[in-house]
Amino acid sequence: MTESPYRPASGIVEMIGITKRFGDVLANDRLDFSAQWGEVHALLGENGAGKTTLMSILSGLYRADAGQVRLRGNPAQIHSPRDAIEHGIGMVHQHFMLIKPFTVAENMVFGLKSPREPWLDLDGVAERVAELSNRYGLAVNPRARIQDLSVGAQQRVEIIKALYRGADILVLDEPTSVLTPQEAEELFKILRELAGQSHTVIFITHKLDEVIAVADRITVLRDGRRIATVGKAETDKADLARMMVGREVLFRLEKSSTTPGPEILAIKDLWAHGADGRPALRGLSFSLRAGEILGVAGVDGNGQGELAQVIMGTRRATAGHIYLDGKEVTHASPKERLMLGVGYIPEDRNAVGLIGSFSVGENTILNTHFSPPYARGIMLDRRAMVADAERLIREFDVKTAGHGERAARLSGGNLQKLVLAREVHRDPRALIAAQPTRGLDVGATEYVRRRLLEQRERGRAILLISADLEEVLTLSDRILVVYEGAMTGLLDAKDVEIGKLGLMMAGTKQPVAIH
Amino acid sequence: MIEFLTGAVFVGFLASTIRLAVPLIFASLGEVFTQRSGILNLGLEGIMLIGSFIGFTAANLSGNLWVGVLAGMLSGLMIAIVIAVFDVTLGADQTIVGIMIVIAAQGLVTYLNNVIYKGGYVPPRIGGFTPIRIPLLADIPVIGDTFFNQNILVYIAFLLVPLFAVVLFKTTWGLRVRGVGEDPRSADAMGVNVFRTRYLALLFGGMMAGLGGAFLTLGYLGTFNDNITAGRGWIAIALVYFGQWNPYRVLAGALLFGGVNALQLRLQAQGANLPFQFMLMLPYVLTILVLIGISREGRGPAALCVPYRREVRT
Ligand SMILES: Nc1ncnc2c1ncn2[C@@H]1O[C@H](COP(=O)(O)OP(=O)(O)O)[C@@H](O)[C@H]1O
Ligand SMILES: [Mg+2]
Repeated sequence: MTESPYRPASGIVEMIGITKRFGDVLANDRLDFSAQWGEVHALLGENGAGKTTLMSILSGLYRADAGQVRLRGNPAQIHSPRDAIEHGIGMVHQHFMLIKPFTVAENMVFGLKSPREPWLDLDGVAERVAELSNRYGLAVNPRARIQDLSVGAQQRVEIIKALYRGADILVLDEPTSVLTPQEAEELFKILRELAGQSHTVIFITHKLDEVIAVADRITVLRDGRRIATVGKAETDKADLARMMVGREVLFRLEKSSTTPGPEILAIKDLWAHGADGRPALRGLSFSLRAGEILGVAGVDGNGQGELAQVIMGTRRATAGHIYLDGKEVTHASPKERLMLGVGYIPEDRNAVGLIGSFSVGENTILNTHFSPPYARGIMLDRRAMVADAERLIREFDVKTAGHGERAARLSGGNLQKLVLAREVHRDPRALIAAQPTRGLDVGATEYVRRRLLEQRERGRAILLISADLEEVLTLSDRILVVYEGAMTGLLDAKDVEIGKLGLMMAGTKQPVAIH
Repeated sequence: MIEFLTGAVFVGFLASTIRLAVPLIFASLGEVFTQRSGILNLGLEGIMLIGSFIGFTAANLSGNLWVGVLAGMLSGLMIAIVIAVFDVTLGADQTIVGIMIVIAAQGLVTYLNNVIYKGGYVPPRIGGFTPIRIPLLADIPVIGDTFFNQNILVYIAFLLVPLFAVVLFKTTWGLRVRGVGEDPRSADAMGVNVFRTRYLALLFGGMMAGLGGAFLTLGYLGTFNDNITAGRGWIAIALVYFGQWNPYRVLAGALLFGGVNALQLRLQAQGANLPFQFMLMLPYVLTILVLIGISREGRGPAALCVPYRREVRT
């Protein structure tokens, strides 16, 4: 283990022997972490490595089971977010901690004493916000309501909010996952700027390129333990990847060239509302052909989730048409669509894809239990179910105690394999895969991606909706770019310019190059 | 109908509308705060009943109306503490807790009424609050006698409406309460003590419901009976939805209920040709119908009824 530049005594933040358990899960295991004054420190690790937990302990949201925190050389007692704020710690959480119906200014002062106590003094706030905005190049309008702001703007509000409250230790949890590549670049500049102006920045990520782009030092976590802390100069991507994953990572997906076949799914001028009642899809049109993967690229929350739901029939289209094999299914029930040959890997596998309290076997027939061989009249043939379930468990390498185990006990990666197994087993002609690798570790991710490519080679049509740009780029044949529920571009995956793609993700419309 | 709208009868109707609205104003205003913090206190009916009983009894024993009022408020506060332990600290189901409180309060009051007053209708023993004429203003025709010849608690109720609106929308405390009701997790991350805020809002709401109950005995009827609240606690909760968690709109709802109730009483007195049970039902049915009509677009505090636990992922 590389230990060279790690000097606990010099840290502005020192966390020593931190242990945190959630039920059976040991999220942090005697972790040591230290960040120095004025540095950008990356906290690198795979999903579930314990990064968020560790920083939530620092910011007072979680209480450690054991271990201590020292700030600026002194022991610190952090029992609540308020304590952390008073110690100058500001955290930008992955799910923003902003009160959505409130204005930016109201969020700034929320919970703080006002100079005109008990009265709110929002005009004074606007001035301070403008000042911070200018100083760090973080443009926000103090009078705007959070719910009307883009995710990027909300993130800027979060950063300003932390600074407004006097934070000089700034923690950002996976901040680029909601940004276009250009916005991410800008954020990195701001973080460097902050570090230059005597702030300490702790930057949580699982993306190696970002670490190389912005960090001074890197702490790698795996399975709740610290693997190493290294300076950027003395490491490289391959080295970091090995530490993060625990083995050599060399995979390059083999993608054979296929010729797309006939059109399977056609979407014409599709409109739908989101959960908040506002239009989430605004006139989307595209077609999906046999033997191709059409990737949907876009910053999270630009209608991707709604698109999958409308295609599956769990959300109503307010206008437009959906055709499956030339037959209109716009108003068909979800079950009818399943029977017509649509497979679905939903974004939220726990809430939509599976029933946690059912057994693994029962979960494999959730959407086929009403037809043979599982149904015999009104009776369920458990023997047929068990036989197929066992085969799928073997074939898809699902790690489980057996078909009788409750699905809720499986890890995220194995749950996803189970959903995938069920859907592929039904052999649908079109497969809607929404965030199929979100939250999975590298091994499971690789597995799911290979299976998707395999389906493509078998001539299935796949709609891949993913917030992971790299995934969209490596798997897709064509890329549909969406912004606020409308198409801003349709690209051939073979010649994508990242810069141009980023602009489209930010809403700049491009002439449609191919069809 | 024409003669009804003229002179003394109409003034009497308006004045009675206002008095009938007052207990609802107290209880609903408190509930606005409670719900704004994300807690649904369904126990208002029980708290009002206890408040009216305790208020009446304390006033009788002490011979001082203000002691009665304070006792009523205090009893509301105590019940709210019990509710807060279940709702806020233990994260129990707020609907169940509220209903349990109502049932327990009704049982307790029936029992105490039996023990202390030998049950049934209690004849007036104390004078109740007397109207205070506000000079000059009370001389304005119709309006004067309606609004400016009422007892002190009525004036307080009406003054509280703008006061509460200001607290809710213009102060840091109001902002905290609203934020906690919208998004407790974010509020917590921003350094606001969600539990303390919810406790305070709930205790405050309980106190106001206790006051509303005390008004029934001390400011309006001057007497007590087992069914004195007659569902007003439930109406007060409905008014909060109807009023979209806004004190002014809640006031409008309370006046509507008071008006229909006053009308119904007058029609009964004039010997209208309808069963009196039907008359009694009228204000409730009409209020509910209006509620259904108006409040459909409503969007309450996003975290209403959702218990908060810091380390539990949602
Ligand atoms: N509030 C919680 N309740 C239960 N389990 C949790 C909670 N927070 C995190 N975990 C678990 O702890 C482990 C580490 O999670 P986390 O710190 O979020 O990882 P990371 O941020 O590195 O992806 C995971 O297995 C996760 O499921
Ligand atoms: Mg995380």
